[in-house]
Amino acid sequence: MRIGLALRELHRDETELADELLHLSERHAVDHEVYHLARDLAGWSADHVRRIAEIAGRYGEDLDPDAVGESGTAKRVRERVSDALDRSAPPGMALLRDLRTVYTMAQGVSVDWELLAQAAQGIRHHDLLDLTQHCHPENLRQARWANAKLKESATQVLVS
Amino acid sequence: MARTDRIAEPWGTRTPYGPGERWPVRVDQHLEEGLTEADVDRWVQSASTLHSNGDGLDLAVKDGRLVGVRGRAQDRVNHGRLGPKDLFGWQSVGSSDRLTQPLVGRDGRLVETTWDEAMELLVGRMQELLAERGASAVGFYTTGQLFLEEYYTLGVMAHAGIGTNHVDGNTRLCTATAAAALKESFGCDGQPGSYTDVDHADVIALFGHNMAETQTVLWTRILDRLAGPRPPQVLCVDPRLTPVARAATVHLAPRPGTNVALMNGLLHEVIAHGWVDEDYVAAHTVGFSELERQVREYTPEVVARICDVPEEDLRAAARLVGTADRLLSTVLQGFYQSHQGTASAVQVNNLHLVRGMLGAPGRGLLQMNGQPSAENTRECGADGDLAGFRNWSNAAHVADLARVWNVEPDAIPHWSPPTHAMQMMRYLEDGSMRMLWVQGTNPLVSLPELNRIRSVLTQERVFLVVQDIFLSETAQVADLVLPAATTGEKTGTFTNVDRTVHLSEKAVEPPGQARPDLDIFLDFARRMGFRDKDGGPLVHWHDPESAFAVWKECSRGRPCDYTALTYDKLRGGSGIQWPCDEEHPEGTERLYEGGRFFAAPDVAESYGRDLITGAPLEETEYRAMNPQGRAVLKAARYVPPHELPSERFPLQLVTGRTLYHFHTRTRTGRARQLHDAAPDVWVEVSQHDAGTHGLAEGDLAEVTTPRGRVEGRVRISGIRPGVLFLPFHYGYWDMPGGHAPDGHSRAANELTLTDWDPCSKQPVFKTAAARLRRLAASDGTPSPAPTTTGSAPVGPGAASVPPTRGGEASMSDELLPSDDLPTDDLPSDGGAR
Repeated sequence: MRIGLALRELHRDETELADELLHLSERHAVDHEVYHLARDLAGWSADHVRRIAEIAGRYGEDLDPDAVGESGTAKRVRERVSDALDRSAPPGMALLRDLRTVYTMAQGVSVDWELLAQAAQGIRHHDLLDLTQHCHPENLRQARWANAKLKESATQVLVS
Repeated sequence: MARTDRIAEPWGTRTPYGPGERWPVRVDQHLEEGLTEADVDRWVQSASTLHSNGDGLDLAVKDGRLVGVRGRAQDRVNHGRLGPKDLFGWQSVGSSDRLTQPLVGRDGRLVETTWDEAMELLVGRMQELLAERGASAVGFYTTGQLFLEEYYTLGVMAHAGIGTNHVDGNTRLCTATAAAALKESFGCDGQPGSYTDVDHADVIALFGHNMAETQTVLWTRILDRLAGPRPPQVLCVDPRLTPVARAATVHLAPRPGTNVALMNGLLHEVIAHGWVDEDYVAAHTVGFSELERQVREYTPEVVARICDVPEEDLRAAARLVGTADRLLSTVLQGFYQSHQGTASAVQVNNLHLVRGMLGAPGRGLLQMNGQPSAENTRECGADGDLAGFRNWSNAAHVADLARVWNVEPDAIPHWSPPTHAMQMMRYLEDGSMRMLWVQGTNPLVSLPELNRIRSVLTQERVFLVVQDIFLSETAQVADLVLPAATTGEKTGTFTNVDRTVHLSEKAVEPPGQARPDLDIFLDFARRMGFRDKDGGPLVHWHDPESAFAVWKECSRGRPCDYTALTYDKLRGGSGIQWPCDEEHPEGTERLYEGGRFFAAPDVAESYGRDLITGAPLEETEYRAMNPQGRAVLKAARYVPPHELPSERFPLQLVTGRTLYHFHTRTRTGRARQLHDAAPDVWVEVSQHDAGTHGLAEGDLAEVTTPRGRVEGRVRISGIRPGVLFLPFHYGYWDMPGGHAPDGHSRAANELTLTDWDPCSKQPVFKTAAARLRRLAASDGTPSPAPTTTGSAPVGPGAASVPPTRGGEASMSDELLPSDDLPTDDLPSDGGAR
């Protein structure tokens, strides 16, 4: 059985997605909706990471429930820098690139969840299935948000 | 006849009535001092434009100027009544500081110019930008106070003429969530209920809606029910002790920003007690099981903790709405201007859906508007939506609109949702937008985080055009100022909260060279040479009535169908509720009778959004979810606001309105009685917080948030402990600073944050972390807060506060049922069923 391995990969991918969302938020702090939503959605992944860590012990994995996160001071400094430097700069390709990264990472995570859900059904582990049923829809909403934001921003960035 | 001080008694004399009875007529009138009816040359039909209620009124004209106002007895909305803003606000029309000539910015000053030069400058700059940078470089920020004909013309011009997606109104600040919530639940905008539901309801629930101050005449209707036999019970959800709260059977004062938790708690109780209309839910809705699952964890214990309200009050509130036979709910800014605005307003829709409380007398829902013509901003597409509630993500709808406008479908921007006002500010900030044309709104006072807004709009590279009737704060920093005519100086129609369409006719000439907004738009369209696909003029109408005719065609077959309305039909009698078509020639009192919605995938105005992320749903998802076009029960979990109280900022700041003023006081601040009733900003504090901060009534205090500071005199009121209230009306046009604070900082939006509900894009005005400090002891000057309203004083100091009185200047006539009232044309309360 390789469920432990799958959980470990999912744990890593959700952690990276959370960090990428936080990165998106900080880099585009002057875009208020991106700033707030990306942070909120990073919180969803952080919650997924905790839930994965909680169940992973049963599959022989010892995973860090608090893998997402970083020093608050460093973050605040970076946010201020972003605020000071970028406010009046033209909307760069950077926003589209960063949203694209989040979108593709979230899609990857979605595949991870699908795989795990399939396995959970195969072995009839209801706790594991519940986990996927809680987290996967939220993951899809993260991807849909990034996609929607891309569509909404693309025209202004590319034609202005 | 009674003579009443309508500043001291904003709702006037009671005319009690019972359930199912007709609301008695009471005709309110105010004329310039020294004049009587015999002095009036003529009366000209209009309706109120200083709030969203849509009270029918007649303007009194003498010697070519306005001299007074009288309620229209035959109008279904007000049955003759008027509120203080209606009675006194008209005086601003004749104010000596009206804009009378176009102004152009030269060397940092505004200098007078001619219309021809002004329009050539506007058209020249527009064409330059379109050539250099394309349509995404220009945007329009309009209002909720123009007429339907003007919005429609603006929408056609901006969407099909210029081809920009950057079109919005200040309705984004007041009514965007009403529209968004209706779209989420019913697939389409459109007010379900009718004011006449007040006449039948046995329970009236007001969610974040201080109706007593924002729609005084509708509140008068409720007061008359409360004074009559078998009165309704009232539920009030508001952190302030408003007049509504004082009249309530149950008052919940939740912690700001927790409305979704509160609503989920009420829904939890309704479901747990079996108060659900299961037949209705099964026949007319989708999504019940998800809603049931979502609210399961919101037990009264949990919700009492999140919202900090007593558990027994929650249970009592749930019993009220759960066991009502005829439940009327109204919703406004307390819900809308929150980080989960749409999610919370949608839960009120859900309450009505699970209880089957729609489309029957007394079973109504009013997602309120804040402005007189906000409904038209929405239906005509001046808020960026496509005209006639068409769906931007439905290709057939876009093609249909293209047919109406005789343009190619791809000439209409529809690649993404329209750009909302706050996003336009961002595009102006980052330099990708270079021109903003503002009409009838004052973002330098009304948008959040004013320091930022000032820096955005005063940039050298931004060409700012302001079309207004006074030199507002925003107009002062404009590159071009276009003087406009106002209500009473131009003709047009507008539609109130409950879909009642009124005609407002020209009574007097505008001052100097001021022109009706429609004329400005038509002139612009002509100079720009906008063409349809056959080379004919895109904007081919020439006056209000011909504009109304083309709008009627655009609305044909849509939920907001105007096709059976004409100016003649609106003349003389009462306003009429849309849809008004061949099938319903007298209009339609209530939408959604029999559980029939405009939600079928081919009909719906919107496929909805994710309530938390705001991401639009795709057509395929909507088709799968709701193939039969039922109402959608959309669940949402509670999430805390982004800015929570902290050690440095331990309190929560709520901004809002007061009864005597409208928006940034451009009109109400110029009516003596209204100005004197609430002449300056104040800081509302609970007794508890006053105690811990050593504050007494009338002390000078400072409120600080991470964005700025505001000074004002303290009013100790019945507001929830831990919460501060500031009225947002006060800016700087009548202060030394002119457009910005000059030492004395008093605009509430200096303090608010840049954040919005991701679904409706309505900014958050109800939760900012703040701190409070005493600056100076009272010098005996009372706090300028009115005593008649939600800011009424409480506690030991209350007795020494002089009551708000208007005196002789505010005495108004009330023709009561005991008087000789006209009986021949009493109101017909609504349209055909």
